[in-house]
Amino acid sequence: MSLTTIAVEHLSKTFGHSPVLQDVGFEIRAGERVALVGPSGSGKSTLLRHLVGLTKANRHSDSRVTVMDRCIQRRGRLARGSRAQRCRTGYIFQQFNLVGRLSVMTNVLIGRLGCMPRWRALIGRFTPEEHEMALRSLKRVGLEELAHQRANTLSGGQMQRVAIARVLMQDADIILADEPIASLDPRSAREVMDTLQRINEEDGRTIVVSLHQVDYARDYCQRAIALKHGQVYFDGPIDQLTDIRLAYLYANAELDKPHESRFPASAPTALRVAG
Amino acid sequence: MSTATPSSRHWRKPPFITNPLLRWGILIGCVVYAVWALYTLPFDWARIQEGMSRAQRIFSGAFPPSFERSELLIEGLLESFKIAILATLLGLALSVPIAFMAARNIAAKPIYLLGRGLIITARSFHPVIVAILFVKAVGFGPIAGVLTLTIYSIGFVAKMLAERIEEIDWGQVEALRSSGTRYVAVLQFAVLPQIMPRQIGLAMYQLDSNLRASAVVGIVGAGGIGATLMNAFGRYDYAFALAITLVIIAVILVVEAISGRIRRNIW
Repeated sequence: MSLTTIAVEHLSKTFGHSPVLQDVGFEIRAGERVALVGPSGSGKSTLLRHLVGLTKANRHSDSRVTVMDRCIQRRGRLARGSRAQRCRTGYIFQQFNLVGRLSVMTNVLIGRLGCMPRWRALIGRFTPEEHEMALRSLKRVGLEELAHQRANTLSGGQMQRVAIARVLMQDADIILADEPIASLDPRSAREVMDTLQRINEEDGRTIVVSLHQVDYARDYCQRAIALKHGQVYFDGPIDQLTDIRLAYLYANAELDKPHESRFPASAPTALRVAG
Repeated sequence: MSTATPSSRHWRKPPFITNPLLRWGILIGCVVYAVWALYTLPFDWARIQEGMSRAQRIFSGAFPPSFERSELLIEGLLESFKIAILATLLGLALSVPIAFMAARNIAAKPIYLLGRGLIITARSFHPVIVAILFVKAVGFGPIAGVLTLTIYSIGFVAKMLAERIEEIDWGQVEALRSSGTRYVAVLQFAVLPQIMPRQIGLAMYQLDSNLRASAVVGIVGAGGIGATLMNAFGRYDYAFALAITLVIIAVILVVEAISGRIRRNIW
């Protein structure tokens, strides 16, 4: 396997008449921890969705998304066998997307469905080894004692850690996390980011995480890719994403973030002290 | 602006239709049509008068209700139960796949149109009309009743279930799809758990609805307690007919209470 695990070339996406991604391209090496930053509406989620084929690129562009040397989509068409390829990529959502009426244990187990034989996936018969693996995954996110509780009884932070356990169950080499901490309180957010970091360091799984809090990106990631108006604005080591560059990144983005521009200039610092 | 000056401090409910010409026009139109319809329909007052005395005879003959031939009554009632339960099971088994076909968010366009078409066909006729067709097709008796109520169940359950499927939280589906899960397993693990409470509620509702309908379709020859009732009328045994009617009311009250309680606890 080559060092490059995710390669995106000339990716463009238009919703209706508004371009969301314009000629985006980058490469990510195996084992990296990459933060995807940028103002809301800059195309972070859309970009991540392209990497697993949940969204297809524009038809006429010369785009290509390759994950672990296998083509996921090319010129806006999903490649054959991209479903099987998706088993190797875990996805974490802002809204957790657990199946609320099933137990925590089952929610972790269903991460395995993609790589199970067809008939066994259909009737949902999991082997004892898979049960053991699910328990191990839950233990790694620190929730093994909640295994038999219903998923919709958990707190937000716990739900997101179950979602991480589901990705571990998938044994995914790449974990894509779309705003995983955006709807969590600071403590739960730290727990989730700590868990992701630990998984990256212990297992060497590649992690791409979109964040709108740059502080978290600086604390947890080595590299940042910044998007602005659907284009790559910055791609490099996180310490080179200086405050001045950040100011430019978020400048003229008021249209996308009306609530921030309404605050007086002193408000952000005041809020930070309070937080 | 001058109209807003406080000439009257009391708020008046604005009329439902703002245009006064349209408002009065519709009202007068309705009254005129009703009078005209009443005038042109062939009411034969002489026959109605005659019928009144016959109705009086029936009601006086019906009191007190007679439970003498109660084994016939129980037999008919049990048959109605069998018809209703079989039709509910059959109808549910068929309506789940049809509902999945008729949900826009998970079915491809041609399959969606087919599913919607099946539902519309099943809903377009009242069960009594369907029962008449089936009685002609498979003869008198409970088979016609079961088939009729199966169609009736599909029309209702599949439609409501399809609408529930269209309202599911799509994120759970995407979560499984993003991990490479196959389509059918996605339905099993992301869609079914979400629609299960509604599914059970609909099943309970349909069971008591089928029981009520089975009494009606029996009258046109599709078996069950309705057939017993029709026979009692045919033999001028009005006391027995009243007994049957009372029992039907009692049974439906009980079943509705039970299914209502179950649905409330599940919802």
